[in-house]
Amino acid sequence: MEIPEQEFLAAGHRGCAGCGATIGARLALKMLGENTVAVSATGCLEVITTPYPETSWKVPWIHVAFENSAAVASGVERALKSQGKDDVNVVVFAGDGGTADIGLQSLSGAMERGHRIIYICYDNEAYMNTGVQRSGATPYGASTTTSPHGKESFGEDKPKKNIPMIMAAHGVPYVATASISYPEDFMKKVKKAAEMEGPAYIHLHQPCTTGWGYDPSKTIEMGRLAVDTGAWILYEIVDGEFKVTYRPLQRKPVNEYLNAQKRFKHLADEEKEKIQNYVNQVCAELKI
Amino acid sequence: MKVITANRAIAEAVKLSKPKVVPVYPITPQTTISEYLATFVANGDLPAEYIRVESEHSAISAAVGASGTGVRVFTATSSQGLALMHEILFAAAGLRNPIVMGNANRALSAPLSIWNDQQDSISQRDTGWMQFFAESAQEALDLVLQAYKISENENVLLPSMVCVDGYYLTHTVEPVDIPTQEEVDEFLPPYRPKHAYLDPKDPMSLGTFTDPNYYMEARYDMEVAMEGAKNIIRTVNKEFEEKFGRKYDLVENYMCDDAEIILVAMGSICGTIKAVIDNMRKEGHKIGLLRVIAFRPFPKEDIYSTVKNADRIAVLDKNISFGIGGVLFNEIKAKMDVDARGFILGLGGRDVSNDDIRNIIKITKESTESDKINWIGLKEEEV
Repeated sequence: MEIPEQEFLAAGHRGCAGCGATIGARLALKMLGENTVAVSATGCLEVITTPYPETSWKVPWIHVAFENSAAVASGVERALKSQGKDDVNVVVFAGDGGTADIGLQSLSGAMERGHRIIYICYDNEAYMNTGVQRSGATPYGASTTTSPHGKESFGEDKPKKNIPMIMAAHGVPYVATASISYPEDFMKKVKKAAEMEGPAYIHLHQPCTTGWGYDPSKTIEMGRLAVDTGAWILYEIVDGEFKVTYRPLQRKPVNEYLNAQKRFKHLADEEKEKIQNYVNQVCAELKI
Repeated sequence: MKVITANRAIAEAVKLSKPKVVPVYPITPQTTISEYLATFVANGDLPAEYIRVESEHSAISAAVGASGTGVRVFTATSSQGLALMHEILFAAAGLRNPIVMGNANRALSAPLSIWNDQQDSISQRDTGWMQFFAESAQEALDLVLQAYKISENENVLLPSMVCVDGYYLTHTVEPVDIPTQEEVDEFLPPYRPKHAYLDPKDPMSLGTFTDPNYYMEARYDMEVAMEGAKNIIRTVNKEFEEKFGRKYDLVENYMCDDAEIILVAMGSICGTIKAVIDNMRKEGHKIGLLRVIAFRPFPKEDIYSTVKNADRIAVLDKNISFGIGGVLFNEIKAKMDVDARGFILGLGGRDVSNDDIRNIIKITKESTESDKINWIGLKEEEV
């Protein structure tokens, strides 16, 4: 696949070494090109890319608050339409907290209304911007600062909230999952999303060196391990049609993924087995 | 001349102002504004994008996004809805979006009430929005037209709230002169932003992250704009009078020049007060009314110059800041050396009668306690 040379997210931002969020934004913007307006929810990406008076964004960009990026994008999209600028891509970058938790209402409203927006949730599975507090997207067993492991706790005790399927239930014409570690798959999905007449939702899995506890050089590896173990599945739903877009040749044991990260280090074999069983069940349904 | 409610008058003003985007969420007693606008759009009378948002929070958020692209935007709300918008009201002002919003003044829960007082907008006083209080349906229409011109002035660029008392104005019909589209087009040309807006041809970042080196200057700029807005309001008021023949100012002076007692109030209650003053003047009492039209920016100079020769003033608040009393009363006391008495009345739609106004005047003359919070119309046996 041909990847455009032009960059729309400038280097020099304040992301951590090994930051996955900026990789995601950079790849998405490459596909969307200059005729794009970006909307960010409050979160890591917003904070690290716009330390006033500097900005990493080479496309017009707006941030208003944490929970309303889909509503802001709704206003941007309709206002552009009112000016005859129907061809401009409106893309949202919001984290898992801004999507699965505090922003779910405004996201639901925007998707139901059918705005032509591309909503990309960069999911690092906790509130990383404020120091690793759990979100609705935190996976089972992960230790965070608000779901810590301890004598009475093995960490997060609920499975990850399934936002892509909630989006699919809205009848959103294009829903996909992706990973920054599979850039071509992700970028193809961004391109498809941009070609939709209505809204598109991409849930982008994005390892976080700080919150997950691994060496910054291993970000891409960590994302691959998630997919290769079946802990994260790459699929798309086009007009209701579900399709897995990547199947690992041989699925690795989920322990390889869990043991590589500090957030799962405390887990007893019993809990790890539960996670493996859950992954097996989901993968069996999808023939992965 | 049409006989319509203030909500209809606001909707007519919005149609004449030609906003491009109208994100709105219905709430009592604002609802008919959202319905009229939906009908205008459905019939092709208002060529705007009407966004049926799922909450007031999203209404104002979509308004900010739309305004960020450089188009004229309108929204409207009331009470709980305005409270839900609170967070984004700061953002709209901080992003210097010249949004105009209609607010149907209504009490806040709990206990739940759908009736009028002014607690909702008063509680938004620090958000950076200008606030204009209408006394009549005609004023509601006129203030919306003027609010766009004031907000969009490049030296102001702050959003405006046009406040109308729930039911007393929103659901009461009055004769209203609706100007022609040609007249309004001459007064209010299309909005053309000169500064930051979301255009791929000239990318800018709006709403960035600031460290302590920059934040205060942004807030200072807003204060300068808000203070400076007073003169812009006066200029726009004059232009409006020349065009439409109706006179406006930051405050209205009703028989204050020789008054011994001056009442200070905002909104629809001023109609009642004027009727009482007319009667009492016939009885030989020198009473006046200073009606605050612009609550933000706060017209302290205009208030002081009008009330300074009175023996005593009575400030009427349809709101309360618990532990200190009415907000308008306390702001006036803080800003000028006047002998004032404060009154809380009309909360949650409690009726204010002519006799109540006469009682306020009596207490003002007789009371020696300047700090007392005087509650009017309270059923004391039930307290």
